[in-house]
Amino acid sequence: MSWAWFHRFGSPPYFYRLATRWVPWLSWPAGVLIVGGLFGGLVIAPADYQQSDAYRILYVHAPTAWLSQMAYTLMAVAAAVGLVWRMKVASAVAAAAAPIGASFTAVSLVTGMLWGQPMWGTYWAWDPRLVFQLVLFFFFLGFIGLRSAIDDVSRADRAGAVLAIVGIVNVPIVHYSVTWWNSLHQAPSVLRAQGPSMPASMLVPLLMSFLGITLYFYAVLFYRTRAEILRRDRGAAWVRELLTGKGKTA
Amino acid sequence: MSEFFAMSGYALYVWSSYAIGIGALLLNIYWARASLRQAEAQARRRLASGDAA
Amino acid sequence: MSRPASSLRAASLILQRDLTLAFRRPGEWLQPVAFFLIVTMLFPLALDPELSRLRALAPGALWVAALLSSVLALEFLFREDGRDGTLEQFALSGQSFAWLLLAKTASHWLLTGLPLAIAAPLAAVGLGAPASAIPGILVALLLGSVSLSLLGAIGAGLTLGIRRGGALLSLLVLPLAIPTLVFGARATAMAIQGEPAAAPLYLLAALTVFGITLAPLAAAAAVRISLE
Repeated sequence: MSWAWFHRFGSPPYFYRLATRWVPWLSWPAGVLIVGGLFGGLVIAPADYQQSDAYRILYVHAPTAWLSQMAYTLMAVAAAVGLVWRMKVASAVAAAAAPIGASFTAVSLVTGMLWGQPMWGTYWAWDPRLVFQLVLFFFFLGFIGLRSAIDDVSRADRAGAVLAIVGIVNVPIVHYSVTWWNSLHQAPSVLRAQGPSMPASMLVPLLMSFLGITLYFYAVLFYRTRAEILRRDRGAAWVRELLTGKGKTA
Repeated sequence: MSEFFAMSGYALYVWSSYAIGIGALLLNIYWARASLRQAEAQARRRLASGDAA
Repeated sequence: MSRPASSLRAASLILQRDLTLAFRRPGEWLQPVAFFLIVTMLFPLALDPELSRLRALAPGALWVAALLSSVLALEFLFREDGRDGTLEQFALSGQSFAWLLLAKTASHWLLTGLPLAIAAPLAAVGLGAPASAIPGILVALLLGSVSLSLLGAIGAGLTLGIRRGGALLSLLVLPLAIPTLVFGARATAMAIQGEPAAAPLYLLAALTVFGITLAPLAAAAAVRISLE
């Protein structure tokens, strides 16, 4: 198998142009799916027989929680690729993923709280899933904080990558420890076990939201990656060509 | 219609969740655009100073 | 490249050197223990001096104080050697950098983690723990402080060149320390209640072994990046 495609992805101008071309193809379906999913969740899906209309928060909460975990995994993998193969583009992807992931982790936490108040009678419960999501938020903040504390971009990329790798190695341990911790306290099972039988009018909008927000994530990610690539390749000839429109070969 | 907006009494929770979610979607688009604009401006400055030198 | 001494030998030399240097400045490594004792003293004053009620809070108070004090102590781990170029000499020495940093972490633990573990039963008794809980608390703190020092070495390596990196260091290290806190505090709680605390202690030991194997590698990568 040839690795040429991999090296091509690693070329900043190639990836920059590819990202520019992909963003509209990702954003339009993302927009349609998200609007459709949210509309379906609000209007078409019937009220839940136990939770009435409050369960409609699910259509915001679940996709954002999924997005935050996907963003963290992608960030760590991209950062590791950037560190090991000295691949600037991968580091740019990791740097671009962090703020998106952090903001949607916050959204998933806040919407979870807004769901918790009417359903459990409390905004916050020390449930392992909530704690885990909170820890994920701190991992994102640490990554962003460390990167912004280091002025040199390439050093920030590598230091951030070490932190992201240590973080993702710790994710299963943290997950296990909070689950174990919770099992000892016999917390009331606040999270109702979701039955597999969900009518299609509930399920389809949910799937649309999931798919839409995934496409949205990649659209925003590629947009941000362009900015990060420019920061890393400022002096390069292709950037000059791109910004001034004229090829001035030195 | 008002029944729809009332969300059987959960209006505050449901609508604020949707507002926060949509707000975050829009905010991230704005941030991405701002960050690309900023990076382009920085690269332009750098090119301009490089040309002058 | 010639290797005049094995990495193990170099590591033991670093250990000796660090301990010799530290004993010339006892004020520095006594600070974290003093901090730990003060924080645990604050809990009865802030909450409720009733011993039976303090006993329920003791594990949490001990471990939160231990975590904070070990993060505070990390400042001393690489700072001096980073500033005067010793770490760069280590990196260029041709020895295994991870081994050398493990030695530095070990001396750091001997100077800050071990005193903490020894002081902890004292503080626990002050918080209403029975004398029978002392062995369990000691073992939990011994294991836990090793794993905190190892995690801390990664954080200290990453923030080495950063001015005023203290708050950032805690943001990086504390989330990673959650499993240690969970298992350690649980073992302490079980010891205080007079239950056998073997299960959480085994988990804590597993974490520590895992840390000893992998953390020096990550710390070595982090310090190398910070030195450039």
